[in-house]
Amino acid sequence: MSKLTPVLSAHWDEKDSFTIEAYTRHGGYTASKKALAMDPDAVIQMVKDSGLRGRGGAGFPTGMKWGFIPQGDDKDHYLVVNADESEPGTCKDTPLLMANPHVLIEGCIIACHAIRAKSAFIYIRGEVTHVVRRVNAAIADAYKAGHLGNGIDVTLHIGAGAYICGEETALLDSLEGFRGQPRLRPPFPAIAGLYARPTVVNNVESIASVPAIISNGAEWYQSMGTEKSKGATLYSLSGHVNNPGQFEAPLGITLREILEIAGGVRDGHKLKFWTPGGSSTPLFTDAHLDTPLDYEGVSAAGSMLGTKALQIFDETTCVVRAVLRWTEFYKHESCGKCTPCREGTWWLVQILRDLENGTGTEADLEKLLDLCDNIMGRSFCALGDGATSPITSSIKYFRDEYIAHLTNGACPFDPVQSTLFVGAVK
Amino acid sequence: MSLNHEVMQSIIKRYPRSRSAIMPLLHYVQSVSGYVTNEGIETISKILDIETAEVSAVATFYTQYKRKPVGEYHVGVCTNTLCAVMGGDAIFSALKDHLGIENDGVTPDGKVSLEHIECNAACDYAPVVMANWEFYDNQTVESAKALVDAARQGNPPAPTRGPNRLVTYKEASAVLAGLDDGLAREGIQAGGPTLLGLKLSKEGK
Amino acid sequence: MTTTQDSAVAVELITVVIDGFEVSVPKGTLIIRAAEKLGIQIPRFCDHPLLDPVGACRQCLVDVEINGRAFPKPQASCTIPVEPNMIVKTQLTSPVADKAQKGVMELLLGNHPLDCPVCDKGGECPLQNQAMSNGRPDARLDGYKRTFEKPINISSSVLLDRERCVLCARCTRFSEQIASDPFITLNERGALQQVGIYENDPFKSYFSGNTVQICPVGALTGASYRFRARPFDLVSTPSACEHCASGCDMRTDVRRGKTLRRLAGDDASVNEEWNCDKGRWAFKYVTAVDRLAHPQVRNAEGVLVQASWPEALAAAASGLKSKRAAVITGGRVTTEDAYGYSKFARIALKTNDIDFRARVTSDEERDFLSAHVVGTSTTYRDIDVADHVALIAFEPEEESPIVFLRLNRNVKKRGLKVSAVATKQSIAMDKLKAEFIKVAPGAESAAVLALSLTPKSVILVGERASESAGLFSTVASLASKSGAKIAYIPRRAGERGALEAGAIGNLLPGGRPVTDAAARVDIAAAWGIDSLPTQTGRTTSQIIEALSANELDAVVIGGVDAHDLPDSGRVIEALKKSFVVSLEIVPSAVTAVADVVLPVAAITEKSGSFLNWEGRARAFDEAVVDSQNRSDVRILSMIADAMGESIMLGTVTASAREFNQLGNWDGARTQFTPVAGQTPHSVSGNEAILTSWRRLLDMGSLQKGEDNLAGTRRPTVAVISPKRAESIGITTGQQVRVSNAHGAITIPALVEDIHDDAVWVPRNSFASQTLIALNAVHGDVVTVVKA
Repeated sequence: MSKLTPVLSAHWDEKDSFTIEAYTRHGGYTASKKALAMDPDAVIQMVKDSGLRGRGGAGFPTGMKWGFIPQGDDKDHYLVVNADESEPGTCKDTPLLMANPHVLIEGCIIACHAIRAKSAFIYIRGEVTHVVRRVNAAIADAYKAGHLGNGIDVTLHIGAGAYICGEETALLDSLEGFRGQPRLRPPFPAIAGLYARPTVVNNVESIASVPAIISNGAEWYQSMGTEKSKGATLYSLSGHVNNPGQFEAPLGITLREILEIAGGVRDGHKLKFWTPGGSSTPLFTDAHLDTPLDYEGVSAAGSMLGTKALQIFDETTCVVRAVLRWTEFYKHESCGKCTPCREGTWWLVQILRDLENGTGTEADLEKLLDLCDNIMGRSFCALGDGATSPITSSIKYFRDEYIAHLTNGACPFDPVQSTLFVGAVK
Repeated sequence: MSLNHEVMQSIIKRYPRSRSAIMPLLHYVQSVSGYVTNEGIETISKILDIETAEVSAVATFYTQYKRKPVGEYHVGVCTNTLCAVMGGDAIFSALKDHLGIENDGVTPDGKVSLEHIECNAACDYAPVVMANWEFYDNQTVESAKALVDAARQGNPPAPTRGPNRLVTYKEASAVLAGLDDGLAREGIQAGGPTLLGLKLSKEGK
Repeated sequence: MTTTQDSAVAVELITVVIDGFEVSVPKGTLIIRAAEKLGIQIPRFCDHPLLDPVGACRQCLVDVEINGRAFPKPQASCTIPVEPNMIVKTQLTSPVADKAQKGVMELLLGNHPLDCPVCDKGGECPLQNQAMSNGRPDARLDGYKRTFEKPINISSSVLLDRERCVLCARCTRFSEQIASDPFITLNERGALQQVGIYENDPFKSYFSGNTVQICPVGALTGASYRFRARPFDLVSTPSACEHCASGCDMRTDVRRGKTLRRLAGDDASVNEEWNCDKGRWAFKYVTAVDRLAHPQVRNAEGVLVQASWPEALAAAASGLKSKRAAVITGGRVTTEDAYGYSKFARIALKTNDIDFRARVTSDEERDFLSAHVVGTSTTYRDIDVADHVALIAFEPEEESPIVFLRLNRNVKKRGLKVSAVATKQSIAMDKLKAEFIKVAPGAESAAVLALSLTPKSVILVGERASESAGLFSTVASLASKSGAKIAYIPRRAGERGALEAGAIGNLLPGGRPVTDAAARVDIAAAWGIDSLPTQTGRTTSQIIEALSANELDAVVIGGVDAHDLPDSGRVIEALKKSFVVSLEIVPSAVTAVADVVLPVAAITEKSGSFLNWEGRARAFDEAVVDSQNRSDVRILSMIADAMGESIMLGTVTASAREFNQLGNWDGARTQFTPVAGQTPHSVSGNEAILTSWRRLLDMGSLQKGEDNLAGTRRPTVAVISPKRAESIGITTGQQVRVSNAHGAITIPALVEDIHDDAVWVPRNSFASQTLIALNAVHGDVVTVVKA
């Protein structure tokens, strides 16, 4: 029997999977009907019981988050869906929304009912034109079918290129029409979020997981996964593998198992390093092939499950180059609000560039680590922390490779060897 | 073409508070002018009753808002680590040479502009090139060159995962302003990598 | 444990331990300020006590533990309020906090230019100072630094050196949170983030100078001070602002006898830590090249010639002695000088013919002042606790900018309701979200009665109420009906003090009614004279009339611009035929026709005080100590001596002491006799009713020579309603001609929310000086056509 458990992806292989016809054909919008007939607190309880945790990276229990919304407060409540998928390596929500946007809309209806919200906003990144079309069309069709507009509204808000807007409070500022910079907390969004009203911010996959939980029950969902990491999730395999793609599996599966299913690392090569959940999660090596990919397992091994973005790099890849590029990303995406992140990434990039070029010194490595120590936990939000993860973890596992650049006076790797079209170039 | 106030009002109406409309309005300005013009900033300031500085503060924060014209086909090459390593760097460098422009440059005919972009959430299709923010998956140096050449001739190939034709930058910007172009049903529902897990599970793997 | 901060409000105290020391502070106090109470200085940049916490610079990181549970990482002490059982370890006791702070400082300095030797902030720079106290001893970031083109003018008054900026956002937060002028914002992102304006709209805020003052580095500099001085060459003197009745506490910095800059002082109960750009940047008039240096006397040929002080004093004395003479002081003299004028009129001239109001006035206003204002005190604090503030004939941002800031704070922080009875919408009303009760010019009186106020409400009434008959009367009746407090807000700094000092025809010092025998006895006794004149004195306009009609022979004038008075041509004619003694700092239309001109000290050259609109004393010292110029009161005393009618006020100190000893009148107030309102003119066709007030930055004589400041004036426009615009076929920006039989003003139109019958033009702006060009006042009929 397959270790994979396609739920979200179960019908993606039907050509019209993104349409309301296809969605209803497979029982779509029955879960919301069922949920709307339930007491909102019962819905929250069911999601709590299911053990569903936030799929955007932090893994906060979804039902508990919903339970934080004050009830009977006479205020508007909002649901905001974080579809600003931008963490390097992360590529699950985008194909999900392209293949089946209706599951998200149905999830929104259920979540709105549970938290007594009349409006949901889906904040989608702006660099995915066709996904925007699909979600917008799905919303329109849901209105036409009467799923929306009868007390619950969904509005699509389209971003414009800013990784920081994946941070929930920056997302809210952006949605309110400001620069997307993180807000001071407290107050937390559950108390004063969008327009200073109680707000739940959830990842796409979290909300999309809800209809199946309502339909099949909390026990069904609980039956998958591990003790504290329940359910199934999308693992995104990319990089130097023979067959990259989306793999929906119970939490706790290992990279070794996924690679076995998918067909392994690129032929003729071996695994060198990988990210368990995007570039902000400390790197793993082949020593971590059997680490259970659930929240606890990855954390115990010194990283974070994050978005389950498994970026695989083989031995042809220069880790210094990889880390430099990620660091350039963080520098580009730093919002500028706080000193450690804004200024720190500026200097990290310069030092890493010298190291990659072989013009640095061993003292630069120590300076780099000390700068990371002055950024990690000192920044306003997690972006700064994330910027240090690839650096500190790569030096931990590959210090020799950094040194080799210095003794070599240049990068010892041939970048052509790691390209997909290495054969063609030769 | 000039800014249509009815369209702008319809965008504002989506939100409980008008200021939230600033981002789609900026996309809308790009759909009319190809970039964020001063006229656009001043119009948004007036229509939302906020200061021009508040509009430009937002317009300059987000990478997708351009303060100078881009090409009819704006090409972004992902050079974030994974795509870069797998060929993005080679593609970007080849396109710069091929087009004779630098990062953020536009070809003299105004047809193609080039930008290296960050991770575009399609890592399982690396290396990825975006044109007007439509997916061109699994690119090579050759395929990318062919894409920009055809774009300069006015007949770019259709996106890998997108509508049956590549819309222009302005047309794409209208979609990003939330305006319907009727193309949602075109194109495939998912590419091979998206379906791989499902396929393998059906095969019992 | 509780304490009382304010007699009414009990404040809960919370005790925390910081670096091993216990401190009890009010609930809600931020850690960084609790530490200050212990004398522990936590370094900071973005933190400012009057701005909302932002936690952006991360310089103030400290270790925090609550109920034995430590935060896993250091926290920004500027964002976290104290809690019970909190233990804080600052850089003094926590190596982690110390390293975190040094790490942040290193990053702030990394991209900061090493241009301290040429930076205006050098020597008084929080970055420089804290880099010394909380920075690493050596630099190790040796790559390339961020550079920007420098400097950029974000307005004619403010320059920005972006590479010096530490992005603390104090300036942008001030502009948004305090002034509601978000013309400067953070732009771009990440390491390229920078403060800036939108390219076509400069930083035209009346409060822009505050951003220069609170900038913790040399990124924002004032154009008029840039490269002028080093802080350690300056001598600083606490001072008070002479420009308006807000009463700002100030600091004047002088180098070798010359004022180089002025800064907002810190007075939590008045201006907090802010001031307006006029107060900050309009001071060159003091050192104007045409300052009067010597006395002048008109000789037998009728020519004004330089004279010695004894000659001039003798000439003044003989011209005034035993003559029917009056006094007009203008609204800018200090309380001590006003008291001198008041006493001089009564003793040396034996008259109550004195008025401090050199502007459009009414008898109704004078009666109102004696019945409802003198000796009373409505304060900024009353605004803070008001349930509703009504603005009557008062445009706060233009006419008393710190009152605007206080209103704005209350609107923003607690949603204070503001209503304005006005002829037109204004920028301030928009920012204050004020209810706009629109009236035709002249119809204010009736509209006021419609306001529904409570005993917790405050009525802010401006001096312009004198321009609408019956308005003060309805304000008085509204106050008595509702129990609301009245605050009278004159425009000029000296008016309230002059009122209290009795520089007005119906009041003796301390608010004693001239017509009250007991009040007269009071003062006569204090002054050691037998009696005081019993007849209520003339008002400014009556004095001019009397001079014209030869019912008065002479007049002493202190600091009056004839063009501030209606019909200035007639005023000059009246002065020409009279004996005029003018106390002035620069030549003017009055000195030109005076018989004796006596130069007096300007504000920086003397000590003294003003009473602001609250009636609160705002004292200041001499900033320039070696001036040869003397205060008005000293000169009046010398004239009186020369007349043989000593007033015994040889110094400012003596004047202050004597005035304060008199105290306030505790007898009956004068009764206020209401004046009926008038029906405004009815207009038709191209006729309109003029409405007008002064802008903060305009052609005012104290702003002379301030070209940078002038660059941030609001544009001169004629405001007309959409209906009128349509009827005369004009749109915003097109030239419009406002005229009457006297003359015309031709300026661009602004189509805005104004009463259809009205046209608004600025009263004293470039190309729009209504009193000079039109000789018209609020309520007069003019013609408005397309130019």
